[in-house]
Amino acid sequence: MTLPDLGPLFLTIRLAAITTVILLIIGTPIAWWLAHTRSRARSVVEAVTALPLVLPPTVLGFYLLVFLSPNSTIGGLWLSVTGTTLTFSFLGLIIASAIYSLPFMVQPLQGAFEAVGRGPLEAAASLRATPMDAFLTIATPMAVRGYLTATVLTFAHTIGEFGVVLMVGGNIPDRTKVVSIQIYENVETIDYAAAHGLAAILLVFSFTALLSVYMFNRRFPVHVG
Amino acid sequence: MADLSVDVRVQYPEFELSVAQVFPGSGITALFGPSGCGKSTLLRVIAGFERRASGRVHFGEEVWQGGRRRLAPHLRGVGYVFQDARLFPHLSARGNLDYAHKRAADVPAHYGFDDVVDILDLAPLFDRRAAQLSGGERQRVAIGRTMLARPRLLLMDEPLAALDTRRKAEILPYVSRLATAFDIPIIYVTHALEEVTQLCDRIVALSAGQIVATGGVAEVLERLDLADVQGRFEAGSMLRGHVAAQDTALHLTRVELGGFALEVPEIGLTPGAEVRLRVRARDVSLARSRPEGLSIRNILDARVLSISEEPDTAHAELLLDLGGQNLRARITRAAVRELGLVQGAQTFALVKSVSFDRQAWPRADAVAPP
Repeated sequence: MTLPDLGPLFLTIRLAAITTVILLIIGTPIAWWLAHTRSRARSVVEAVTALPLVLPPTVLGFYLLVFLSPNSTIGGLWLSVTGTTLTFSFLGLIIASAIYSLPFMVQPLQGAFEAVGRGPLEAAASLRATPMDAFLTIATPMAVRGYLTATVLTFAHTIGEFGVVLMVGGNIPDRTKVVSIQIYENVETIDYAAAHGLAAILLVFSFTALLSVYMFNRRFPVHVG
Repeated sequence: MADLSVDVRVQYPEFELSVAQVFPGSGITALFGPSGCGKSTLLRVIAGFERRASGRVHFGEEVWQGGRRRLAPHLRGVGYVFQDARLFPHLSARGNLDYAHKRAADVPAHYGFDDVVDILDLAPLFDRRAAQLSGGERQRVAIGRTMLARPRLLLMDEPLAALDTRRKAEILPYVSRLATAFDIPIIYVTHALEEVTQLCDRIVALSAGQIVATGGVAEVLERLDLADVQGRFEAGSMLRGHVAAQDTALHLTRVELGGFALEVPEIGLTPGAEVRLRVRARDVSLARSRPEGLSIRNILDARVLSISEEPDTAHAELLLDLGGQNLRARITRAAVRELGLVQGAQTFALVKSVSFDRQAWPRADAVAPP
């Protein structure tokens, strides 16, 4: 058995890591707002962030392709400023992945923030902690399990995406050819040995990631209340 | 010390909380009333946690709420002890104390970290997490944490309600020490009359969002028209006195009440210590002549001050004068007729020794500050 080409694997890991970091930054305030707001807009925002869960990846990929293409406002502006296109580029993949994996970041975080509740934050305020101080020193450590779950799910889900990547990124080696597409290509060309190698790596990785989350959650239960 | 002046409204589905009241800048004020009367909400308004509140809250010269202005809770310098303690679960007891202490480092105070730890006896709990503390210990850490934030006003929201009787008895003396030891005004929310009589100097009684009575504890408790707030079952009066003698063999304590005395189950205090006794109105019986051959130990000379019969019920409430102190009695209307009790009549009030609540505590100011 020959070693599979590992280029797509490293590209995939880079994409998943960057996407996860971006979503940690974007997803935290969205989840916080959803957990604490009494605004009527809440249901709308919740529905929008959950859309990628139910939309077929090809539908999401299609819309992203339309919005990011050089003929669109955003894609055209990007082209005129940078001279490169958003579609069929690594940057385009990051944008697509961030949108596609958004619910996997927002929903665990929202659940964790709701479980923390207002009580500990009020207690912190009565001890002279500013809201930001209380968020960093009380809400974040109390929501650590939510953060861990959200990070692992987002990372793993980004690694596993196929349809959106295919629509937006295509199949360009070292730029947009991620593992799932490489496996698809291997199967198409009846190179089952290479497909086996990559598929096994993904399987083992995904299982290990999930197992460590569940084990961590069991070993370090956070007592709330 | 600055007074707290509130004039606020909060709309409820069933009623409106509407309170205008000045809370003095020292001592313990009980915010007293049945569940759901709005007392906890009022506390949350004072702390700045209640967004629905309209009106104004002033602390001395400072405007905490007025017009559109609302001072953020963390800038008010208000300590809040919650019913459920709300210790931070990811920190040890010591970590919880440090959290407050660090954030109040610049606030001047006449007491330090060690004083709080000593008064509340917290050192043995340092390494434990909230989940490893009993309810009473948790509440002690919560109180200590709050004091270390060096508040200028302390709000306590039924801090003993979640505890069983034994834990309550364990915490009560600590709470009664706070106001004097730390020289801080306290607003103490409760629906338990025991806590009011043993801890508080003043009562603000709430019912369905309105203040129905304010004043000194003894004075308010004697008013007959408060039955709706107190609950007829629990209504009673408070007697002040001091320990005269202990009968260690029979476990009885003799309490001198100025001209007369009562025997109660043993109180663990030395002679001379000041005590408050609460006597439930339903535990008082009346007789026209001094009865003999009776198990009841306490037979007191009394004069009827007023009688209020409750229409549509079998009951009547009487206010009695014991020579300086007042006692409430609750008997049947039939008994009032039969005994010929009228205003001014001389009678004997009978109180069973066992009817006294087992624990009595010294007044807050009877305990020396650290």
